Amino acid sequence: MTLVEEPTTADAVPEKEIGKARRRKEDARLITGRTTWTDNMVLPGMLHMAFVRSPVAHGKITQIDVSAAQQAPGVIAVFTGRDVADEQGSLPCAWPVTPDMVNPGHPSIAVDEVNHVGEAVAVIVARSKVAAQDAVELVDVDYDVLPVVLDMEEAVKADAHLCHDHTSSNTSYHFVFDAGDAGTGADTEQAFADAEVVVSRRFVQQRLIPAFMEPRSVVVQPQGDNYTLWSSTQIPHILRVMLAMVTGVPEHKLRVIAPDVGGGFGGKITPTPEEVVTLLVARRLGKPIKWTETRSESLMTAHHGRDQIQYIDVAADREGNVKGLRVRLLADMGAYLRLITPGIPALGAFMFPGIYKFPAYRFECDGVFTNKVPTDAYRGAGRPEATFAIERIMDELADELGMDPLEVRKKNWINAEEFPFTTVAGLQYDSGDYEKATQDALDLLGYDELRAEQKRRRESNDPLQLGIGFSTFTEMCGLAPSRVLGSLSFGAGGWESASIRMLPTGKVEVVTGSTPHGQGHETAWSQLVADHLGVPFEDVEVLHGDTAISSKGLDTYGSRSLVVGGTAVVKAAEKVVAKARRIAAHLLEASEDDLEFSGGKFSVRGTPGTGLGIQEIALAIFAAHDYPEGIEPSIDAEATFDPENFSFPHGTHLCAMEVDTETGFVKIRKYACVDDVGTIVNPLIVEGQVHGGLAQGIAQALYEEAVYDADGNLTTGTFVDYLVPAASDLPHFDTGNTVHTAPSNPIGAKGVGEAGCIASTPAVVNAAIDAVRHLGVSDIRMPLTPERVWRAIHEGGDGGDRASARTNAQAADSSDAPSTAGGLQ
Amino acid sequence: MIPAPFAYARPSTIDEALQAVASGGEDVKILAGGQSLIPVMRLRLAAPETVVDLTRVAELRGVREEGDAIVVGAMTTHSDVLSDPLIARYAPLIAEATETVADRQVRHRGTFGGALAHADPAGDLPAVALALDAEFVVAGLEGRRTVPAADFFVDYLTTALQEGELLVEIRIPKREGWGMHYEKFNRVAQAWSIVAVAAAVRMEGGRIAEARIGLTNMGPTPLRASAVEEALTGAEATGEAIAAAAEHAADGTTPSSDLNAQADYRQHLAQVLTRRAVTAAAGL
Repeated sequence: MTLVEEPTTADAVPEKEIGKARRRKEDARLITGRTTWTDNMVLPGMLHMAFVRSPVAHGKITQIDVSAAQQAPGVIAVFTGRDVADEQGSLPCAWPVTPDMVNPGHPSIAVDEVNHVGEAVAVIVARSKVAAQDAVELVDVDYDVLPVVLDMEEAVKADAHLCHDHTSSNTSYHFVFDAGDAGTGADTEQAFADAEVVVSRRFVQQRLIPAFMEPRSVVVQPQGDNYTLWSSTQIPHILRVMLAMVTGVPEHKLRVIAPDVGGGFGGKITPTPEEVVTLLVARRLGKPIKWTETRSESLMTAHHGRDQIQYIDVAADREGNVKGLRVRLLADMGAYLRLITPGIPALGAFMFPGIYKFPAYRFECDGVFTNKVPTDAYRGAGRPEATFAIERIMDELADELGMDPLEVRKKNWINAEEFPFTTVAGLQYDSGDYEKATQDALDLLGYDELRAEQKRRRESNDPLQLGIGFSTFTEMCGLAPSRVLGSLSFGAGGWESASIRMLPTGKVEVVTGSTPHGQGHETAWSQLVADHLGVPFEDVEVLHGDTAISSKGLDTYGSRSLVVGGTAVVKAAEKVVAKARRIAAHLLEASEDDLEFSGGKFSVRGTPGTGLGIQEIALAIFAAHDYPEGIEPSIDAEATFDPENFSFPHGTHLCAMEVDTETGFVKIRKYACVDDVGTIVNPLIVEGQVHGGLAQGIAQALYEEAVYDADGNLTTGTFVDYLVPAASDLPHFDTGNTVHTAPSNPIGAKGVGEAGCIASTPAVVNAAIDAVRHLGVSDIRMPLTPERVWRAIHEGGDGGDRASARTNAQAADSSDAPSTAGGLQ
Repeated sequence: MIPAPFAYARPSTIDEALQAVASGGEDVKILAGGQSLIPVMRLRLAAPETVVDLTRVAELRGVREEGDAIVVGAMTTHSDVLSDPLIARYAPLIAEATETVADRQVRHRGTFGGALAHADPAGDLPAVALALDAEFVVAGLEGRRTVPAADFFVDYLTTALQEGELLVEIRIPKREGWGMHYEKFNRVAQAWSIVAVAAAVRMEGGRIAEARIGLTNMGPTPLRASAVEEALTGAEATGEAIAAAAEHAADGTTPSSDLNAQADYRQHLAQVLTRRAVTAAAGL
């Protein structure tokens, strides 16, 4: 008898890491705060900045008096926009979606004119954060107030007031995708002319605030003519290039570090005015400088997301076969163009057809300037907006035809055997099975039982009504094939880089260009490398976020990290193995062709027990006493991966919603979803991403909305008014997966970072409407506040504007012109 | 954000506190649990010259019995209220409403007296105090006076407390055996009430002998729904009778319009929530 289980073979292969629900190795330090967030940085002689911000949404700066602030205790310097006008350049926009797109320019500190409340007009530099903040109130700024442009439908009218007086209109660009012209579909106008049924709707995608947990923070340390910049950013690599171009600090003299970053959701994807100013001030003063925002500052001045008015028409025959899709968008740019502001709705252009086989499609979008904080990426970036519109109107089409919403979907979706499928928007969807995901989701939800309950409640005229909403979605992930980005005029590629360093003790350093901000890259990358190199998970360390360590990269957004960045890691690991194979053959005195590599060991085929571990090879090649002639003494490797196609996660999300018809209160009874995100490297991380995404998607449907008043002040300027739900406000989630691997990458992963956020919003709204459609409700404006739901039930319409909001996408026929200067301080 | 500079006093008795308030200068703020004051100071919406912190004044804490009333010290925290046996027995409405106040962290710092003295119309406890006919014991340098709840709440964020005065305790008549319920309506768990209704009823046989109804956030101060109370007094405890009485819930109210609700919707909610609160309090 022995207490130790004998291995079945001498060369047992260790358990696969890929697919294991590893707890995230980075979490202990992240959630206990035992790490260095940017605001934790303390440098000798460091000075602190605070911004003086405009209380006026639109106006000319006639005078700034900084003398009192300059005299305040602890204040070192005060700079206005005029003081830095010659060196601050314009914040970059990397996505000119049309050749004639109007970019009004974006100073980091306003020089002559302010265009949104919260825009920086001066910066205080002081010995302490408190001294800087105290001096803010001593700066006296005079404004000549100009008319405020807030409502997009008003802003695009011919006689509208201008947001920027040096432009000829408030329209930045007019972007068109026409499937007929592109050769990917039939003539759209003809399809509508011939249609038996046309359903048209106007949907409002409200403005959202990314609301990341860690506020933005920047520290710059000058050392001679070199600068190190720490920032709570998603994009250290892109930021370095952009700051070099904007400020003239040469790229090789600038090191950018994103230490551990507490969330971003797209909200940290753009070079910010504050990053530019911190660098400029550090250069001026030759001192380390820190700036950290307050939460109010963050909500008011960090970029927002969504904010579209969608006019969508669908053509179909009486049997429910779709014939054409027409989309016209007004997309709010806010006051300026940030890094990819104009590209967000353009990216969405390709997703409006969803999973359906539309024969014809035309998309038009106007990017519109308003006197609000700029918009840019927010989790999903263009795809949630598109998914919402298509999934909502499929329900409306079903209602028009008197059909079951699921039946209309089934009739039109791409069948499993049709993949790969080229859509009317020209994308080649890779793999999936919509039918299977839907059936699994129906089972998870307990669909039939809930439908029966819904029927009972309707028949008894119960004050509490029940509805079920569908969202059968897909999205494009794995951003992005560089050539496709080029064809869309995007200012960069979509590749990703990785390198692997084999250390003498056998430990492994993985350097990734895909900089995490909370996603769990360190864990997932360790799992990938553990399997591909056959080393223990614990022996892998993942390095990231510092341009001096990870010199090449395009960072994290668009559910790209695993698909593109993870693949680069796998490719680098393959190179390490290939290099190690030559050394192993040499040391084992065998031919390379006779070696097999398994479980981290090279062995001679057919000769058990002859193995040489890759970690041993790392030590041997470090010593370099004995290695083949003609090769370098290193098994380190680097790889850059550029995908050939996007990946297309899909899934079916189902929401069962209770609506209290007496009060309008909505409560999610049950939420079930089945997502196909391709190969799952770590089920725990996938589950976490789905949960977080659902929370944000449900929040758009039910809770969150950035509301401006008639003067352009952000009314929802604190978390008291901008409602971010907590765990207590969300239901239990029943989640499941199907797995159809992505052919575009060797891992087979499709991306999961945005799926929950993209899919859930229409499921939730469809569910609420399903509950009260028999009471005459066909739309309710997001978020579904109890008041809006109640008004939609009892007064008709979509629930309308919220009290005190006079400017967020009023109905098209609204006669309230945006008010002007009245009441500004 | 960072508050503007201020002087700070931390007395350990009521007398010391009154002295500190008297000598604190023009603009003195009293810090109880700080759950409302600290945020407005951080936003620099308030910039007091002096903050007098009551957290060390032990005599302001705790609940005791005094004849036909229970007496709650102004600095008793929400979480102490929740676990207090006297409140559970004689005024369970207070515990029920307190449980809906924000989250656990806030309830560990926030105080009963602080919430009442702040007099936020969206706060839950003022309407409860009003419904239960609480009396407010106020101390000043010249001595103490008692203010009935009906006179304590004067206007938006304004009470009968005069300059230099402190709210020291709240006396609540014992109502053993009454049915009570607090019906709160808000969008997320941690949010303030959009509207809420505090109901207490005394049943006799199948009838409602007495009713006390307090309304949260239906005007600049908490309100008594007197018309509902009158209609309920002596009424049969049936769904129909309660619903008919509840239709008067918004009579004479002037609620505000804000992001969460316009005035007419608040008035509608008051009726629905009153019906539900009374129904639950009556045990139907």
